[in-house]
Amino acid sequence: MTPALGKDLLGLAPLSAEQLRLILDTAEPFKEVSERQIKKVPTLRGMTVVNLFFEASTRTRISFEFAEKRLSADTVNVAASGSSVSKGETLVDTARNLEAMRIDMVVIRHPSSGAAKFLAERIESHVINAGDGMHEHPTQGLLDLLTLRDKLGDLAGKRICLVGDVLHSRVARSNIAGLRTLGAEVAVCGPRSLLPHGVEELGVTVFDRIEAAIEWADALNVLRLQLERMTAGYIPSLREYNRVFGVTSARLARAPRDVLILHPGPMNRGVEIDSDVADGPHSVILHQVTNGVAVRMAVLYLLAGARLAAGAESRT
Amino acid sequence: MPSSPTVLLDARAVARTLKRMAGEIVELNDGTAGLLLVGIQRRGVQLADRLAAEITAIEGAEIPRGALDITLYRDDLQAVGPRPVVGRTDLPLDLDGRRVVIVDDVLFTGRTIRAAMDELTDFGRPARIALAVLIDRGGRELPIHADVIGKRVAVPPGGRVDVAVHEIDGRDEVTVSRPEHSA
Repeated sequence: MTPALGKDLLGLAPLSAEQLRLILDTAEPFKEVSERQIKKVPTLRGMTVVNLFFEASTRTRISFEFAEKRLSADTVNVAASGSSVSKGETLVDTARNLEAMRIDMVVIRHPSSGAAKFLAERIESHVINAGDGMHEHPTQGLLDLLTLRDKLGDLAGKRICLVGDVLHSRVARSNIAGLRTLGAEVAVCGPRSLLPHGVEELGVTVFDRIEAAIEWADALNVLRLQLERMTAGYIPSLREYNRVFGVTSARLARAPRDVLILHPGPMNRGVEIDSDVADGPHSVILHQVTNGVAVRMAVLYLLAGARLAAGAESRT
Repeated sequence: MPSSPTVLLDARAVARTLKRMAGEIVELNDGTAGLLLVGIQRRGVQLADRLAAEITAIEGAEIPRGALDITLYRDDLQAVGPRPVVGRTDLPLDLDGRRVVIVDDVLFTGRTIRAAMDELTDFGRPARIALAVLIDRGGRELPIHADVIGKRVAVPPGGRVDVAVHEIDGRDEVTVSRPEHSA
């Protein structure tokens, strides 16, 4: 029997290794669809997907939209500004109104942790979490897993280090959950002020020095340093941060092996990552973006089909 | 519950049948010019490889092949749920002007072939699409017929036709299981 995903995708922490592999394996053929001249298959014809974005996003929203359109779903984008949300409508009221127009799926990005789960418990449509506060960003985690698997093979025993602002990062949380489930060794590296208290309890190694992390790792996932963290007093200055924790080609040159470089974007060049690293031979940052569409197609496909998944052998 | 399976074609019969089908494909196509065999995942792909080898043996020309996975073009995603593994579609050539022969193991309702034609036309505009199947078991739900048929056998709904190919199953064999309460 298929290890189905259930109704929603809210995070990677609840998923089994089998479910993670199902999504990654399903993403493989979807990569090919995006290489076709006609980049479209009729799989989700007639389904309506609402992209409900309460927070600014370019990459994730566009990636979801491409994924939906390449599966022939009908899509509607709702941004918080310019909608009734700015008139004070609650999340549930917004979603219920959309549901009354007979939609099938909601992709939600929200500044509050737990918003996707809150919504999923209150509407019948499938819910995909596209980032909720500091909690999870499961499709970003999945595209990171797919990219790492493309380049490193089976992830069991591979060493992945998340660098930077782990504390505020939903990308980091999804990565740690997914990588640990698939048997990778996971580390974090950053200023102590930007690491969660008791991060070791998540089963990760902590490096205080970026040089040590580079020496240890097969791959670095360099997190975006949100510039407002500086004004909030987490770090003294961007220059200082780059000097101590920046991923630079000089530091990578001393690594005992080639270290793969990932970044979820958008990048602050010259802060958490130097330009020549971001554009260098070991950077897979654009490969991540390409894979993003494929994993999102896989998630949409698996959730859409889960509705009546029981029984019925296919016929030739 | 279908009855226990009986052998319809053994390995030698499968080989003989494929040889005859290869000849019929060449005849239907008036030679091998522009010919492209497209196997449907999974066992149609192996059958297309065999047919291509037989055609090469007769005509001397190399026959290009492609593979088609029609999962994403099915009309029953909502009814049966997602297939656990979607296979690869791999069409090596521009399809415009080609004489495409779709190859599949069993022709039953015709829905797979409907999906295959939809997918093929998204890749280009073949000059012609024909269909070659090892077994035609009847029971069509769409106005679709095969141009080259290995063997016809009427198997009522509820029965099964299973094609084994040695690349996947370790042996070449076609078995039929009929539903318990039918003649």
